[in-house]
Amino acid sequence: METYTAMRAFADSWMLLFLTLFFVGVIFWALRPGSARVHRDSADIPFRHDNEPAPSRDADEAARHKEART
Amino acid sequence: MWDYVKIAVYGVIAVCAAIAASYARDFAYQVHALIVMLVAAGLFLWTVRRTGDPKPVPDTGYMDDVVRAGVIATAFWGVIGFAAGTFIASQLAFPWLNFEWAQGYLNFGRLRPLHTSAVIFAFGGNALIATSFYVVQRTSAARLWGGNAAWFVFWGYQLFIVLAATGYVLGATQSKEYAEPEWYVDIWLTIIWVVYLAIFLGTIFRRKEPHIYVANWFYLSFIVTVAMLHIVNNLSIPVSIFGSKSVQVFAGVQDAMIQWWYGHNAVGFFLTAGFLGMMYYFVPKQAERPVYSYKLSIIHFWALIFLYIWAGPHHLHYTALPDWASTLGMVFSIMLWMPSWGGMINGLMTLSGAWDKLRTDPVIRMMVVAVGFYGMSTFEGPMMSIKAVNSLSHYTDWTIGHVHSGALGWNGMITFGALYFLAPRLWGKERLYSNALVSWHFWLATIGIVLYAASMWVSGIMEGLMWREVDAQGFLVNSFADTVDAKFPMYVVRAIGGGLYVLGGLIMCFNIWKTATSAPARQPARVAAPAE
Repeated sequence: METYTAMRAFADSWMLLFLTLFFVGVIFWALRPGSARVHRDSADIPFRHDNEPAPSRDADEAARHKEART
Repeated sequence: MWDYVKIAVYGVIAVCAAIAASYARDFAYQVHALIVMLVAAGLFLWTVRRTGDPKPVPDTGYMDDVVRAGVIATAFWGVIGFAAGTFIASQLAFPWLNFEWAQGYLNFGRLRPLHTSAVIFAFGGNALIATSFYVVQRTSAARLWGGNAAWFVFWGYQLFIVLAATGYVLGATQSKEYAEPEWYVDIWLTIIWVVYLAIFLGTIFRRKEPHIYVANWFYLSFIVTVAMLHIVNNLSIPVSIFGSKSVQVFAGVQDAMIQWWYGHNAVGFFLTAGFLGMMYYFVPKQAERPVYSYKLSIIHFWALIFLYIWAGPHHLHYTALPDWASTLGMVFSIMLWMPSWGGMINGLMTLSGAWDKLRTDPVIRMMVVAVGFYGMSTFEGPMMSIKAVNSLSHYTDWTIGHVHSGALGWNGMITFGALYFLAPRLWGKERLYSNALVSWHFWLATIGIVLYAASMWVSGIMEGLMWREVDAQGFLVNSFADTVDAKFPMYVVRAIGGGLYVLGGLIMCFNIWKTATSAPARQPARVAAPAE
C-alpha cells in the first residue's frame, strides 16, 4: 500500500479512536468523584511560595532534628 | 576552565562571522554577519576581562533578575511595536508617509512584518518568557533550573529579534506570514527554544509541589507546540551558506496548508495557550482568590489543545485546498467555542465574591477586560471561519479588526496587567508608583481598541459588500480603487485608535520606571513566631 494511503487509513481509524478515548478519559478523570479536595488543594498552589523556594528535603530534616533537640 | 571554553567559542564565532560578512552574497546577510561579529567580539572581551574573578556564591532564592530584564524588554518592545503599527496604519491612510527617500526600506511592505513580529514575538514573546520564568518558579517552589541558561535564552531571544527586524527592513524574508525570518535566524531561534524548553522542564522536574499547576501546563504546551510548528514550517534549503535566500521544501497547496497550520497555531499556542498560562496565575493572584473551578481549567486545557491544532485550514477557504480539509478546519474552529468560553467564564468567575475590586483596582480591571476580549475574539473567530461568513470577510479589513481585538484586547491587556503585578514585586516595592496612571493607561487602551475594532468592522464589511456587488447585467459595480477610496475615514479612525494605544504604553513605561526607582520600598515581612 502507498504510504499516504496507509497513514491516512491509520489516522482515520485507530488514531482517531485513541485520541477520542484519551480526550473523554481526561474529562472523566477531571470530574471523577472525590477529586474536589485534590483540586481545591491544587488551585491554592499560587498562594504558597511567593517569596522563596520550598526548603530542600535535607534542610527540612535538619530543621526537624534541631527542633527536637531544643 | 569554562571561561576559557567560552572565550574560544566567542573568538571562533567572531572570526567566522567576519569571513561570512566578507563573502556575503547580499546586503542583509552582510549586515547580519556584522551584527553577529560585533556581539561575539563584545562577549569575547567581556569574558576575557572577567576570567579569573572569584565566582559569586550561587543563589538559592528565586531567580528574578532575568524576569526583571524580561519586564523591561517587554515594555520596550511593546512601545516600539505599537508605534510601528500606528505608523503603518497612517501610511495606509496617508500614502505620502511612504517617503520617497526611504523607498525599499521604510515603505508599508517592509514595515508591516516589522510591526507584526515586534508585537507578537518581541512584545508577546518576551512577556511569555518572563512570566513563564516567574510563574514556574512560584508554582513549583523551586529555583529556575540551569543557572545562566536563562540569561542565554533572554539575550539570545533579543538577538533573534534584532536579526529578524533588520532583515525585514533590508529585504531578507521568506514571505511566510509570521514566519518571515530567513533560514539562519530560524536555526538560531530553534537553539534558543530548545534551551528554553530545557529550563522550563528542568524547573518542573525540581518542583516541591507534587502537582503541576495548570498555568505550567499551558506554558509547556506553548513551548512544545511552537517548537514543532517552527521547525516544520521553516524547512527550507539555503541557496548559499553565504546568502540569506532560501527555498521552501514544500510547494503549492501543501506549502500553503503547512503555513496556515503554523499560522493558526501560532495564534492558538503562542497568543492563546501561553497567555492563558498568564491568566491562570495572575488573575487569581491579583484577585487574591483561587481560580473559580480547577476542574474546568483542566478540561479547558485539554479541549483547547486537542481542537486548536486542527483549525488552520479555515485560512484557506475557497482555495486549491481540498473541500474536506477546509470543512474540517471550520468544524474544529466552531467546536473551539466551547473551551474558549469555558476558559473565559473560569477567568471571570474567579472574581465572584470580589467584584468590588473592579472599582478600586485598575490592574484587575485590565485583566477582566483582557478576559472579556478573549471571549469576544474567540466568538468572532469561529464565526468568521464559517465558509459563508468567510466569503464576505476574507481579504477584508474585518480580519485585521478581529486580529487586533484579540491582540490589543486580550494579549495586550493581560500582559499590561501582569507587568503591573510584577513591577512592585520584582523591584521590592510596596506598591505601584501610581494607580491613577494605570487608570489612564486602561482608558486610553480601551478606547483605542474600540476605535480600532469598530472602524475595521465597518471598513471590512463595507469592503466585502462592495466587492461582491453586481448590477442587473451581472457586472461588478465597484473597482478595487473605489473600495480603497471609501475606506479613508475608517483608516484615519484606526490610526487614531492606535495612537491612543501607544500613548497608554508610554504611560505604562513611565509608571514602571518610577515604580522601580521611586516607589516606597517594601517593609520586610514580619515572620510569624510560634507561641513558646
